[in-house]
Amino acid sequence: MIPLEELKALLAGQHYVVDDATATAMQLTLHLGRPLLLEGEAGVGKTEIAKALASALNTKLIRLQCYEGLDANTAIYEWNYQRQLLAIKVHEHTGESTEEIESHIFSEDYLLRRPLLEAISQDAPPVLLIDEIDRADMEFEAYLLEVLSDFQISIPELGTLTAKARPHVILTSNGTRELSDALRRRCLYNFVDYPDPDREVAILQARMPEIDAVLAGQIARFVRSLRKEDLEKVPGVAETLDWAAALLAMKITDLPADMQKLQATLICLLKTERDLKSVTSEVSDRLAGAAA
Amino acid sequence: MMTGHASANPEAIVTRQLVGFIDHLRGNDFAVGPKEAQDSLAVLEAIGPCPSRRAAQALRPLLACCQHDWERFDALFEAYWFTSGTVRQSLKPESQAQNTPGTRPNIWSKHLGEQTGPPLEGPQAGSSAGASSDNEAQTPVLASDETPLRAADLRALVTPEEMAAAEKVAFKLARALRYRLSRRFRNKASGRRLNLRRTIRASVSKGGSPATLVYRARHNEPVRIVVLLDVSGSMKSYARFYLQFVRGLLGTWIEADAYLFHTRLVRVTDALREHDTMKAMTRLALMAEGFGGGTKLAECLTTFNKHHAKRALNSRSVVIILSDGYDKDEPEHLAKALARLKTRVRRLVWLNPMLGWDDYEPVTRSMKAAMPYIDHFAEANTLDSLAAIEPDLARL
Repeated sequence: MIPLEELKALLAGQHYVVDDATATAMQLTLHLGRPLLLEGEAGVGKTEIAKALASALNTKLIRLQCYEGLDANTAIYEWNYQRQLLAIKVHEHTGESTEEIESHIFSEDYLLRRPLLEAISQDAPPVLLIDEIDRADMEFEAYLLEVLSDFQISIPELGTLTAKARPHVILTSNGTRELSDALRRRCLYNFVDYPDPDREVAILQARMPEIDAVLAGQIARFVRSLRKEDLEKVPGVAETLDWAAALLAMKITDLPADMQKLQATLICLLKTERDLKSVTSEVSDRLAGAAA
Repeated sequence: MMTGHASANPEAIVTRQLVGFIDHLRGNDFAVGPKEAQDSLAVLEAIGPCPSRRAAQALRPLLACCQHDWERFDALFEAYWFTSGTVRQSLKPESQAQNTPGTRPNIWSKHLGEQTGPPLEGPQAGSSAGASSDNEAQTPVLASDETPLRAADLRALVTPEEMAAAEKVAFKLARALRYRLSRRFRNKASGRRLNLRRTIRASVSKGGSPATLVYRARHNEPVRIVVLLDVSGSMKSYARFYLQFVRGLLGTWIEADAYLFHTRLVRVTDALREHDTMKAMTRLALMAEGFGGGTKLAECLTTFNKHHAKRALNSRSVVIILSDGYDKDEPEHLAKALARLKTRVRRLVWLNPMLGWDDYEPVTRSMKAAMPYIDHFAEANTLDSLAAIEPDLARL
């Protein structure tokens, strides 16, 4: 098993600051070869984990974005119909038998590989990111179960294709739909929470080396207390980074110094009309004062 | 020598302790299979012995499989490895108690039946409706001869046949709400899009001329139904019938979810899905502690929005609220909660038993506040009136 500190250092090299719990979960995923299910609010950095892992391991990242109505054709494979039609026409005059033509046009040359098939046909184990699995429907989840347990895909015309190298699978979910127990059972589980201020400072510094340490601390504390307000959409790490970039660009170096400017930049953090209205200048004044 | 054999082998001790721990987790509703047990051994081998902070950290992703498990894992770990016995008891969830067999019918009738001895007197909803309806429940409301059952006020329904009829109506209503077009395509002769894969396959034997065309079309997908049932004092006499109605919905519907509320909100889907009616009702009775008390409609809806809506609702959802609209909370709260709820669902249906009464107008302040957010508002105090809303629901 890869040591914890080494893994953390590898991820830090990709500008991803990870906490011990998540790092341990990734360690186990690599060790046991089981998929890792990451759950948590939108914007806590679930997708980034997969990206960071792929570049840390220096391997390919294959991403499957789920949505309602996602079907086998878009997730696994599809035949290249245009090429098949052409091939049939070409072979028409060669006098080949039907069976011969059929075995020709249903060969791997005519197969369009979609993410899942792509992931199991790599020579080196890639990172397979199945993003927002809760958006896909039950039918797809059931199919995914089969793929994730055996890492093989059956294509009626070709037979069964088995993975040459087992991909490292990472699934993410926002909890818009409850996942089936069967899928949960098959995965390791990690609940990703909003980072504590210390880690958020570390994230800010990793992503924006030019940021001042004092300002980074203020930002982290401000965002933390903002998350405790009654908001419709709680700002995630991505929002914090956006906001920090905005503050840097507007040359704000101390939060409480210029409240009017600060109020204007809040659109980076608050993404609904109701939230924007509920965080009045008095509220942000109080938060900035506490953060300073 | 013989007795000391097992404990002399350190590996066996680790295994035995770990098995004990996994058993302890299972007792607390963790879904842990043999594969996980095997993997935990492998993990401990690599990480070091239990108990340690590191071991807890490593076992957690392996043995927990949802947020709920994730959050209580540390406490359970500590309880097992550091204190034996005492803490364990207190950590067991309530569901353990709900499974206890025994005096089921009694418990059930105590909560819902009209022939109760001392009723559970909670604070009554802000009107005299609760008290008066209790008395009325003893005497069936007038019913005409040819349809004695369907026209009777639901408060008078008691026999199994009547309950079965209630389930039937529930099924009909559910069917009316049933389908919405899905984004998935299936093969269909009347479809308008070509299924190229099948068509090409079929054309091979015809020299590549697509003589046989295979079509596909979007197919119908069931909507998700979420029922919020008011079981407070003022609804007491209807609660039993409505529960049966909700059970009917859940029984026929895969994508249905049910909640009870009075002063608190309780999810009852799993309890209602129980095949054994008596068992279902018993579990329910235990869950719905405080039946017949007051209503905190707005607060319960807010709870629903906060904790359940994200998971329970999707763009294909219809929410049915069964309540008389008597609420102890401020009407503004209710309006706010409903507005929030409305953004998440496709349709909001409110069924109000009081609306069927001759002299009733939806004049309670809460009801007035709620009206703008409701897609369909209907009476529901007889089976007839319930059946009558079917075409309306079909149109929604």
